[in-house]
Amino acid sequence: MTQSLTMMVNGADYPINIEMGRSLLSVLRTELGLTGTKEGCDDSECGACMVLLDGQPVNSCSYLAVQTDGMSVTTVEGVMPADGLHPLQRNMLEEGGVQCGFCTPGMIMSATALLDRDSSPSEEEIRIGLSGNLCRCTGYAKILAAVTRTASEG
Amino acid sequence: MGDDERVSFVIPSSLEEALEALAAGARPIGGGTDLVVGARQGKTPLPTSLVAVDRLHELASIESTDGGIRIGAVVTHARLMVDPTVVASYTALADSAALIGSPSTRNVGTIGGNVMNASPAMDTGAPLMVLNAVAQLQSVHGSRTVELSDLWIGPGQTSAATDELCVFVDLPVRPNNSGSAYVRLEYRRAMEIAVVGAAASVTLAEDGTISDGSVALSAVAPTIIEVVDANAVMAGLEPESAAEAIAVAASNVAAPIADLRASETYRTHTVGVMAARAVKAAASRASGEAIGVPVNRTVGVGAAK
Repeated sequence: MTQSLTMMVNGADYPINIEMGRSLLSVLRTELGLTGTKEGCDDSECGACMVLLDGQPVNSCSYLAVQTDGMSVTTVEGVMPADGLHPLQRNMLEEGGVQCGFCTPGMIMSATALLDRDSSPSEEEIRIGLSGNLCRCTGYAKILAAVTRTASEG
Repeated sequence: MGDDERVSFVIPSSLEEALEALAAGARPIGGGTDLVVGARQGKTPLPTSLVAVDRLHELASIESTDGGIRIGAVVTHARLMVDPTVVASYTALADSAALIGSPSTRNVGTIGGNVMNASPAMDTGAPLMVLNAVAQLQSVHGSRTVELSDLWIGPGQTSAATDELCVFVDLPVRPNNSGSAYVRLEYRRAMEIAVVGAAASVTLAEDGTISDGSVALSAVAPTIIEVVDANAVMAGLEPESAAEAIAVAASNVAAPIADLRASETYRTHTVGVMAARAVKAAASRASGEAIGVPVNRTVGVGAAK
């Protein structure tokens, strides 16, 4: 038996029937076609699946889609303006914070939530804000630089 | 589960409705950080019927009461770690909340979920024990107050009936000149589970010696355990001497498992080290010294040099 609900993702309503056990990640990618959100460990360890739930970062692999009923979900597609890249995305590219790119959407979501809450975070606060996101390529320094630069550009 | 007609996910509009759903066989879900991950790993299948207790506003506040504070069961770790009253007076609990998982875990994980999941490695458990917390359980049949030492009966096991919901965690008023701290052994600063951990609560006499104290330990037994002779071991001693003595007492009561993360010998030794650090930090806080939350960032992995 499926559950009916209306998911609100990136400001749009999606009426949907899904099985209760489906993760938010799986529904975003396969039912809604929003493949920007990545499946990494599928175990709440790596943060590649990070989305915002009412503005706060949440691991979508470990959250049931039905739990979002009545809440606002934001994915990386919702962060990108229609006319180009979000400043965080541009700075990730320009600072070399992207190599394989698999962690990047999750990093963008955690950093977005952080900068929405605090427009000029300290380096320590940025490190804590990104502490749920693993990157196996960059060594993090360039990602930190990209977030710091975005904050300084205000 | 797919075609089972009993499958349902209910967002309750009141506590009463949630308790009725539990009485009818539903299981509670808060942030789902244990339940959903556990189900996918095959530990325990996802229940066929869930009731989303995290939507209950009546369980989502931290309130001062005549006897102390009352924390709603669905208060998240993200709120606990910054709540002014928790940080000022129940600091060990703030220390532990700030160490859990990552920001995304803390945004949805709840104190009631921790208490009822009954993991022997839970970070909030030892602080709650030394702060003399009790759990308020409620079902359609009524409510009752349960001591944590009576609630936690084994790894992942509580003495609660299946239709009982943890609704509040009550913490009594703190004594004057007291402080508390939670320190854990961790191999990395985020997304970590305690290798071992220790919480201490200490009250200082006017001469700076310890007049009263308690210590509880994480991840060294089938449940969170209290060092039962902690007060006798520490009373009358300077904090430094008390810390040395409690290290021995803590290691003596530890009965840990060995796994990939640490051997039995290593856990037995290091839980004493964590207990000593917790006592010293709690005593420093009791004397008025401001040590930031979490105390691990002062004394543990990645501590400021």
